[in-house]
This record gives sequence, C-alpha cells and structure tokens, in this order.
Amino acid sequence: MTSISGLPGLRRVVPQKYVPVLVTACLFVAMFVAGGIRYENFATGQIILNVFIDNAFLLVVAVGMTFVILTGGIDLSVGSMVALATMISASLLKDGWPAYAVMALVLVIGAALGLGMGAIIHYFEIQPFIVTLAGMFLARGLCYTISTESIPIENETFTAIAQARINLGGDLSVSPSAVIAIVVVLIGAYVLHYTRLGRNVYATGGSEQSALLMGLPVARTKIAVYTISGFCSALGGLLFAFYSLSGYGLSAVGMELDAIAAVVIGGTLLTGGSGYLIGTVLGVLVLGLIQTIISFEGTLSSWWTKIFIGVLLFAFILLQRLFSAGSRRSPQ
Amino acid sequence: MTEHILRMTGITKTFPGVTALRDVNLAVRRGEIHAICGENGAGKSTLMKVLSGVYPHGQYEGEIVFEGRRCEFGGIRDSERAGIVIIHQELALCPQLSIAENIYLGNERAKRGVIDWNRTNYEAGELLKRVGLRENPTTTVSDIGVGKQQLVEIAKALSKRVKLLILDEPTAALNDEDSAHLLDLLRGLKADGITCVIISHKLNEVIAIADSVTILRDGRTIETLDMASDRVTEDRIISGMVGRPLDNRFPPRTPSIGEEAFRIEDWTVYSPSQPGRKVVDGASLMLRRGEIVGLAGLMGAGRTELAMSVFGRTYGVHISGKIFKDGRPIEIRTVQDAIRHGIAYATEDRKRYGLNLIDDIKRNISAAHLKGLARRGWVNEYEEYRVAERFRESMNIKAPGVDSVVGKLSGGNQQKVVLSKWILTEPDVLILDEPTRGIDVGAKYEIYTIINRLAEQGKAVLVISSELPELLGLCDRIYTLTEGRITGEVPRDQATQERLMYLMTKGQE
Repeated sequence: MTSISGLPGLRRVVPQKYVPVLVTACLFVAMFVAGGIRYENFATGQIILNVFIDNAFLLVVAVGMTFVILTGGIDLSVGSMVALATMISASLLKDGWPAYAVMALVLVIGAALGLGMGAIIHYFEIQPFIVTLAGMFLARGLCYTISTESIPIENETFTAIAQARINLGGDLSVSPSAVIAIVVVLIGAYVLHYTRLGRNVYATGGSEQSALLMGLPVARTKIAVYTISGFCSALGGLLFAFYSLSGYGLSAVGMELDAIAAVVIGGTLLTGGSGYLIGTVLGVLVLGLIQTIISFEGTLSSWWTKIFIGVLLFAFILLQRLFSAGSRRSPQ
Repeated sequence: MTEHILRMTGITKTFPGVTALRDVNLAVRRGEIHAICGENGAGKSTLMKVLSGVYPHGQYEGEIVFEGRRCEFGGIRDSERAGIVIIHQELALCPQLSIAENIYLGNERAKRGVIDWNRTNYEAGELLKRVGLRENPTTTVSDIGVGKQQLVEIAKALSKRVKLLILDEPTAALNDEDSAHLLDLLRGLKADGITCVIISHKLNEVIAIADSVTILRDGRTIETLDMASDRVTEDRIISGMVGRPLDNRFPPRTPSIGEEAFRIEDWTVYSPSQPGRKVVDGASLMLRRGEIVGLAGLMGAGRTELAMSVFGRTYGVHISGKIFKDGRPIEIRTVQDAIRHGIAYATEDRKRYGLNLIDDIKRNISAAHLKGLARRGWVNEYEEYRVAERFRESMNIKAPGVDSVVGKLSGGNQQKVVLSKWILTEPDVLILDEPTRGIDVGAKYEIYTIINRLAEQGKAVLVISSELPELLGLCDRIYTLTEGRITGEVPRDQATQERLMYLMTKGQE
C-alpha cells in the first residue's frame, strides 16, 4: 500500500491522521526516559512542569500559529509582537498605568494588528509570508520608538505574578503563566474541534477552493486566524514580560521560527488542513526538553539546541512527505 | 501519396481501473492534414500523448513507426528530436517571457553557453514572418492575445524542424477570425511539406481543412475516412462518433413534472482572463419541479462556466441576466446567497473543488450546512455524526465509517459524499456538473438512482454531462450549448445522439 515500511503496525492500529502526533509523543517519552537514565534527578514531574514554566510564552504563541498554519498560512510577525508587547507593558507600567489596564490594552493592540494583517492578506490577495514579514518589521521597529534600552518592570502585580508558584501537592508547583498557557491550549482545542470557526479553519486549509464553493465564510475565517494569532502573540508577550520582568526591543528574536518549528514537529501540515493542538503542545515540550537535557549535560553549548531542532525538523518534514505521498498513492 | 509518415498499430493504454485506448490504429500519410474526431473521453488526447512520449515507451502496448523507423520515445524530448511536436490545448508558454525567448526555450541560440540575443531575436523574427504574426520578437507573451500565442507555439514548433505537427483543439479558444487565419497557416505548412494531425470538435473546420479523418470512440478506432474519395460530410462523422447502442444502464423512472422552479434569462458572462470574450452569451433556460434537465455541450462550450456563474458568481466577470426562483426574480451574489435560495452546485472537479480530501466523511457532509448543525457557533458533534451515518446508509457510501478520510474513497463514493453534502442543505434546485465523471459503471447506476430520487422528491435537477447516452437515458429535456449560446432544446422523445451532436457542433439552429 505504501512505501513506508517503518510504521506498518502503527498505521494499522491508529488512523493515519493521528500518526504524526503519536510519533511526537513517542519521541517526547523516549527523550524523557533517556534523560532519566542518563542523569540523576531528571525523571521527575517537576522537570516537565519546568518545561511548561520556561516555555509558557512559546506555547501560547504556538497556539495562534497553529490556527494560522491550519488554514495554510504563516505568521512571521509573532516574535516581534512578543517584543512589542513587553515594550508597551514596561513603558506604560513605568508611567504608572494600572497593571490590568496595561494587559488589556496590549491584548487589544495584538489582536488589532493581527486583524489588520489578516484583512490585507485576504482582500488584497497578498501572500501571508509577505504581509506578516512586513508586520514583523513594523512591530520590531515600533519597539525602538518606545525605547532602545531595556526597561525594567517594577510593578507590584507583575512581580507578584512572576514570583507566584501554585502548589500542586507533593513537591510539584507551576507558575501562573504555565496555567494561563494551558488554559489557552484548552480553549484553542475546543474552538478548533467543536465550533463552526474551527471547522472552517480546517476546511479552508484543506482546500480553499472547495471551501468557497461550499459557501463557507473563507474571508472571515482567514481574518479570524490572524487576529487569533495576533492576540496569542500579545498574550505570549505578557507572559514573557512576567518571565523576564523587563521590556526589551531585542527580545524574542526568531521566536516565530521556534513557534513554526513546534507546530511542524507537532505534526501539523504546513500546507494546512491537518493537525492538532495537542501536537503543538508536544512540539513545544520536545523543544523545551532538548534545552533541559543540554543544560543537564553541562558540557554542551546551548547552540546544540538549535542543531537538534534542525535535525528534528528535517526528520518531521520527511515524515510528512512520506505520509502524504503514501496517501496519494493508496486510493487507486 | 500513399507513403505513410506515421503508423501506430495496436496501441493500448490503461490507467488504473480504466482502459483509455484499446488496440488503436492510426496511419498518417506524408504531407496531409489528418483530423482525429471523437466525443469527449474517446481517447484522442491520450493517443497523442502516447505518440509524443508524454506516456513513455513501456507504459503502453503497441508499435509506433515514424519515418519508417520503430520509435520508443522515453519522453517529449525524444519525440521532438524525431520531428514530432505537439501543441496542447492549454498553451505551454511562459507568459512573462518574450516571444523570442519562448520560441527558443530549452533550445537556446547560444555560443559556448552564452545566449546570442541578436541571433535569437533575428531568427525568431524570421519564424514569426513565416507564421504571419506581425509582432516584435521582444514583446512579452502575456501582452498578445490567445490567437497570437497559438501562432507563437507554431513558430516554436517550426524552430524545432518539425515534420509532424500535432494540434490539440487549436481553435477552441479562438474567435472566428483567428481560427480562419490559423487554418490558412496550416494549409501553408502543408504546402511546405509539414504533416499535421489536428484534433478538433469543430466539424466544419475538419471538413474544410482535413485530407482524411480518423474517428475514435470509447478508446477504439472506428474508421479512417478519406475526405475526397469517401465524400465525408459532418453527418457522416457524427454517426461515426456516436454510433453506440444504448443499453439498459439507467434505472426506470416515471417523471411527475410540476411548476416552474428555476429560470435564468439572457445570462451573459465574460471571461475573467481574456477581456471581452463572452463565455456565456445570452443563455436562457428553465427547470420545473421534479424534472431532470440535461445540458449538453462539447468541451469549451461554457457549460461549467454557466453553472458556476449562476452559483454565486464563482466564475466570470460582468455577469448580466436574470434569475427566477419559483417565478420570482432573485439576486444571487455569493455562494451563501445561492444556498439560501435553495440552489446547490456539485462541481465537475470534485477532488479539487468539491471535497476536502484530507478530512473525513462526516465533516465533508456537514461542511455546507454547519449552520443547521450548530448553535451559537458550537457544532453539535453528536447530531453531525448521526446525520452522516444516515447518509452513509441511504446513499450507500461504502466506507468503514463516517470517520474515514474522503481522499481514500473510490470516485463513486466520493461523489456520493458530495451529493450528501448538498442534499443536506435541502436545495430545491441541484446543478450536477459531470456527476459520473471517473466513476465505474456500477456506481454510475447508483448515482442515477439518487438523481431520480431527488426528482421524485420534487426537486429540479440540471445535469451537465459530456456523455450523450447519459443525458438521453436520464433527462426529460436537454438543452444544447455551443460557444456559450443555447442552440437547442430537445424533449426526451425527440432526442437522439445524432440530433444533439448536430446541435452541439453546428451552432444556432
């Protein structure tokens, strides 16, 4: 039936659409077990929670990115949006704005920028790559109009959130940011699988032409996903501000690529129409666990993270290619 | 005169599940213009693809002898080296490059790897003179019309020292003036000793230009006629093209036809890609409740364009005309409008435009009717599953379950999913574009049964099909469409293949 000989048993037991997610899950477990065997004090629940804590912002950004990629688009502006969110928060807090007003404003700005990009992409029929590239420069540039220096955050609410730990019993604890990230994932998954918007996202990515001829609101859907992505990157920026307690124009450089990598490693097709948020979560966890392992190793430079991510990306893109080639051959 | 430049014998070509060509023979005399005629899907284009090496040696059975030598072409380059050039219906030019660049693409005039632009443009100019095209060789191809682009293709063929030129529907997209010029040019090439094979639906052109004609039907050679000695007429060719017995492939049905349900009047659509070209020209047609109406037309007649322009203006520009539903005029600007007014359109290209192939059956079925399955945006998945299961049973969709991915189903079952999707929107009018294309005989019968059932429920059905026997077996009334114009309306008891083919090829009655 196909040319893939490596996973015949797996393919028979579970539907093919879950295979990429399962592969990522297996990889994660394997890494965790390997780490546990190699290092003392590695195989604990807190290690996984720490991955969530350290990557909460990336997870939130990747959720938005998943929406966009599922429609077959791409959003390159998210990293700059994160930086812009930290800068706006830091500077307004320094001016004495109340913390919750700042948060609300930042989220509105993020969503508005996403909405604008989505509208341009749809109504002017420009490739998302170009539009969000422009958005990326715009947001990054705006950071420097606020300040070229790093601005520390001393607001009480922010520092309280940054230092708070929620005890889960045992020796386990998480930060509020990680909880927020998980809530975002749950809401995202719910929207994708149980709402008309979610259906339209998959349908648009599966075949935009078909979706149009089925009378689905393709325009609204495309604009909605970029708005969601803008909102998520602003929220990710807030979490990043909690994490770093400062605003800096050079922060989160290249985070858009980390987010894309997480989504792809999570098994979502770059061409759209197929993928799951749980895959994205696993993708972020894999990326985070690589960093953890490298820090445990101690002797390796942190650039090895990038090397591993690169290798993984190649592996997953090849995997997707093999699967899509296999499914194209099989109907005959 | 009896020397043959090309002899193809016993050509058989199969695709998975279909035999496209069965033991086809073709003999072309040196220096003649040889026409190939046949209905859509008779195997004309496949035969030419075998000849030109698009399907390389080994993928077909049979023998090709060209210029006295057995040929085993491994690809287009091989056949071009032998002197066979094919010009496809969809022109293969790079729109952003100049005429001269296009002519010598892949065959550049170069000295030690550096392109000699003076020579390129000079020689291109000479070729353009030969084909009678007065354009500067440096003009960009996208700046000239389709008729002229066709001439550029021929100039390109000439640059390859062509001995046998194959033209697939060369005049399909051209207006009368450009067509006449092209035919003149072919006569000139014949005088220069170039042999031409021309595939055409326009029988008057075939009569006017060809020396002999080979008729294909259902992937077989029916006959080869010599124009002069056999006194070939259009009617003679038509009877060769359609002479097929009608067997019992259609479920019985007693039509009960009611009031008028849907009518379009004076519907005119312009092409979005070629400004000023009318694709649909003042078409009017009417459907009654419980009636199955056919729309017959050859490829390029504007059938799909007519349907899509009606269905929420998904094709064409400057659309004008009136639409009536149940006798009242309605406005349809978007697909959503069309669905709201109870109109459904199942596309001819279900894989590209009709389905989300990477998603499962239930989500494809529910896609056009999520409104009915959702409350305040939340989709009722249980209901969706139930609905999909209901359709799987009633439409007899053969799949392990409604969670199966649509891309893995057979063509017939995919089509049942498409129909389910539209039936779920509870339409009053269904436009089915090539509902049985690429479907095997058994599944066709099932699709016909479904169509009959829809009519029984009082829905008006418009079936667009290239297969005349299908329309004759299924429809109560058949319209014919030629070059965007409705050229005839034939009730069931007066419809014959010959009469329809006559209307489809002759133009206005």
